[in-house]
Amino acid sequence: MAVYVVKRFLAMIITLLVIVTLTFFLMHAAPGNPFDFDESGGISEQAMQNLMAHYNLDQPTYMQYFQYLKNIATFDFGPSMVSRSRTVDSMLTNGFPASMILGLSTLIFSLISGIILGVIAALRHNKAIDYVTMIVAVLGISVPNFILAMLFIKFIGTQFDFFPIARWGTWRHVLLPALALSSGPMAIIARLTRSNMLEVLNQDYIRTARAKGLSPIKIVIKHALRNALLPVITILGTLTAAVLTGSFVIERIFAIPGIGRYFVESISNRDYPMIMATTVMYSAILVVMMFVVDLVYGVVDPRIKLHKKEE
Amino acid sequence: MANSVNDSIEEKAIDPKTIPDDLFAPVKKDGAPLEELTRPSVSYWKDAWHRILKNKLAVAGLVIIVVMLVMALIGPSLTPYDDREGILSNQNQAPSADHWFGTDELGRDVFTRVWHGARVSLLIGFAAAFIEFIIGVSYGGLSGYKGGRTDNVMMRIVEVLYGLPYLLVVILLMVVMDPGVWTIIVALSLTGWVGMARLVRGQVLQLKTNEYVLASKVLGGSTPRIVRQHLLPNTMGPIIVSMTLTVPGAIFAEAFLSFLGLGVQQPTASWGSMANDALGVVNTGYWWRLVFPATMISLTMFAFNVFGDGLRDALDPKMRR
Repeated sequence: MAVYVVKRFLAMIITLLVIVTLTFFLMHAAPGNPFDFDESGGISEQAMQNLMAHYNLDQPTYMQYFQYLKNIATFDFGPSMVSRSRTVDSMLTNGFPASMILGLSTLIFSLISGIILGVIAALRHNKAIDYVTMIVAVLGISVPNFILAMLFIKFIGTQFDFFPIARWGTWRHVLLPALALSSGPMAIIARLTRSNMLEVLNQDYIRTARAKGLSPIKIVIKHALRNALLPVITILGTLTAAVLTGSFVIERIFAIPGIGRYFVESISNRDYPMIMATTVMYSAILVVMMFVVDLVYGVVDPRIKLHKKEE
Repeated sequence: MANSVNDSIEEKAIDPKTIPDDLFAPVKKDGAPLEELTRPSVSYWKDAWHRILKNKLAVAGLVIIVVMLVMALIGPSLTPYDDREGILSNQNQAPSADHWFGTDELGRDVFTRVWHGARVSLLIGFAAAFIEFIIGVSYGGLSGYKGGRTDNVMMRIVEVLYGLPYLLVVILLMVVMDPGVWTIIVALSLTGWVGMARLVRGQVLQLKTNEYVLASKVLGGSTPRIVRQHLLPNTMGPIIVSMTLTVPGAIFAEAFLSFLGLGVQQPTASWGSMANDALGVVNTGYWWRLVFPATMISLTMFAFNVFGDGLRDALDPKMRR
C-alpha cells in the first residue's frame, strides 16, 4: 500500500511537471508579448526594454523556466503583467471562493441527482420512466453547458426574478450557473449508475438478500447501491475536469468573479504569469483529484490490490 | 485420413495402374446441393446492422446525421444570400419567408450561416475522429503487439498525456497557433488519440494470445500482416464505436473554443461563434440568433451520441438476444 501511494504520488508530480513545462514553453512560443496590448498607446523602445528586464523577459527562455520553477515551488506566482499593481496570487485568492463554491455545488448536485435518476431508471428497467430518464441523460450529454446556460437565462432568468442571471453574492446566484454546469456530469453519472445497478441487481447476492426477506429499500441501499457506485468513483476525476473547463464559459456568461474568467482573459492578454498560474492550478486540482480517486477506490473496493501493478 | 488411405493401399501393394478406369466416375451434377444451409449466412457486420435497425433511437440518430450531412452540402445554396456579407438594412430580422431563420446584427442570413457552420462542425468532427483513428490505432497496436519494455515505455507516455486536462491543452495550443479550422483539428487530435491508443492496446493484448494469431505466425505471417489481417478486424467494433463518440466531443470542443473566441474566426460561420454572438443579445428578444445554432449543436451531438450508443450495443456480442 505504502509503495503504491508513493509511486502514484511520484507519477502525480511528474505529470504536474510535464504540464508546467509544456505550458511554459507553449506560452513563450506564442506570438506577441504582454505589453503589445498596452492601452496607454505606444511604449517607447527604452521603456519596453526596461519592462522586459523588469519581468526577466530579456533572459533566455530556459533561464526564465528554471527561475519560474523555483518560484512556484514556494507558491509565488509572480506579478500580473497586465494588471500591474496586483500579484497573480492575490487575483487568484480573490477569485477562488466563487469558483470553488460553483464547482463544489455543481459536483454535489450532479452526484446526488445523477445517482437518484440512475437508480430509479434501473429499478424501473424498460418502463416509461427508464426511457424518459435515459433520454434526459443523453440530452444532458448532448446539449453543451454554455448553450444550456444561455437558454436558462433566456427562458428562466428573465421570466422569474427569483433566479438572478448575473453577478455573485447570495445562494440564489449559484442556482442557474450550477444547474447549467451540472447537466453533463449528472447525465454521465445517471447513465453509469443505471447500467451498474442493472448489472448488480442480477447478481446472486441480491437474490439471497431478497430471499432473506429484506425490504426492497434496504436491498437497494445496502447491497446494490454500494457495489453499483464503485465505478462512479472512478469517473469523478474526469468529471472534475469537465466542471473545471466548463466553468470558464459559465463564469463568463453569468459574470461570476471567479478564476475561469481570469484564465480566458489572461490568454488573450498574453499575461504569462496569469496563464501559467491558472493552468498550473487547474491541473493541480485535477491531478490531485485523480490521485485521491485512485486511493479512495483502492480503499473502498477490497478486490483491488494496490501493490499489484496496474494493468 | 488421406495419409492412412494411402498407406493401406500401399500395404496391399496394388499398383495404381492396375485399377481399371471404369471404377472412377464423376459425381453427377444433378443440381442437388451437397449441404444445405438452414439459414442464410449472416456476417458479424450484417448482424450488427440488423440489430441497430431495431433500435429506434439509434436509427433516428443516423437519420439526423444523414440530414445534417446533406444540408451541410446543399443548405447554403438553397438561399440567395452570402454567409459572410450581410445586408445592413436587414439586420436582426425575425424568421420570415425571406429569411427562414432570421438575420443577425450584420444582416446576414442565419439559415445560410447555420449550414456553413455545419460544414465546419462536421469537418472538424470527422477529421478529428479520422486522425485519432490513424494515430491511436498505430500507437496502441504497436504498443500492445510488441509488449514488454516497448509497451511499458509507450504506456508511461500515454499515462502522462492522459492526465492532462485536454481542453486546457487545446486552449493553450490554440493560443500558439493561428486560430482556424485546421488548428482546432490539430489541437484536438494531438490530445485525443490517447484514449484510442489505450483502447486498441487493451484489445490487441487480449487478442494476440489467440490460436489463430499463433497459426498465422507459424505459417510465416509477417507482423504487419498479422496486425492488419487478424488483430485489427477483430478490434474494429470498439474502434468504430469510439470514433462515433469522438465526433460529438470534437463538435463540442469546436463550439466551446469558438464560444470563447479562440476557435473559428469571423467572418467564417461556426455554431459556437454564432452562439457567442448571440450572448450579448440574449435578453433582447432576438431569440432566433441563439436558438438555431444552439439547436444544431445539440441535435448533432445528440444524433452522434445515440447512434454511437446504439452501435456499441449492436456490436457487443453479449447484447445478443
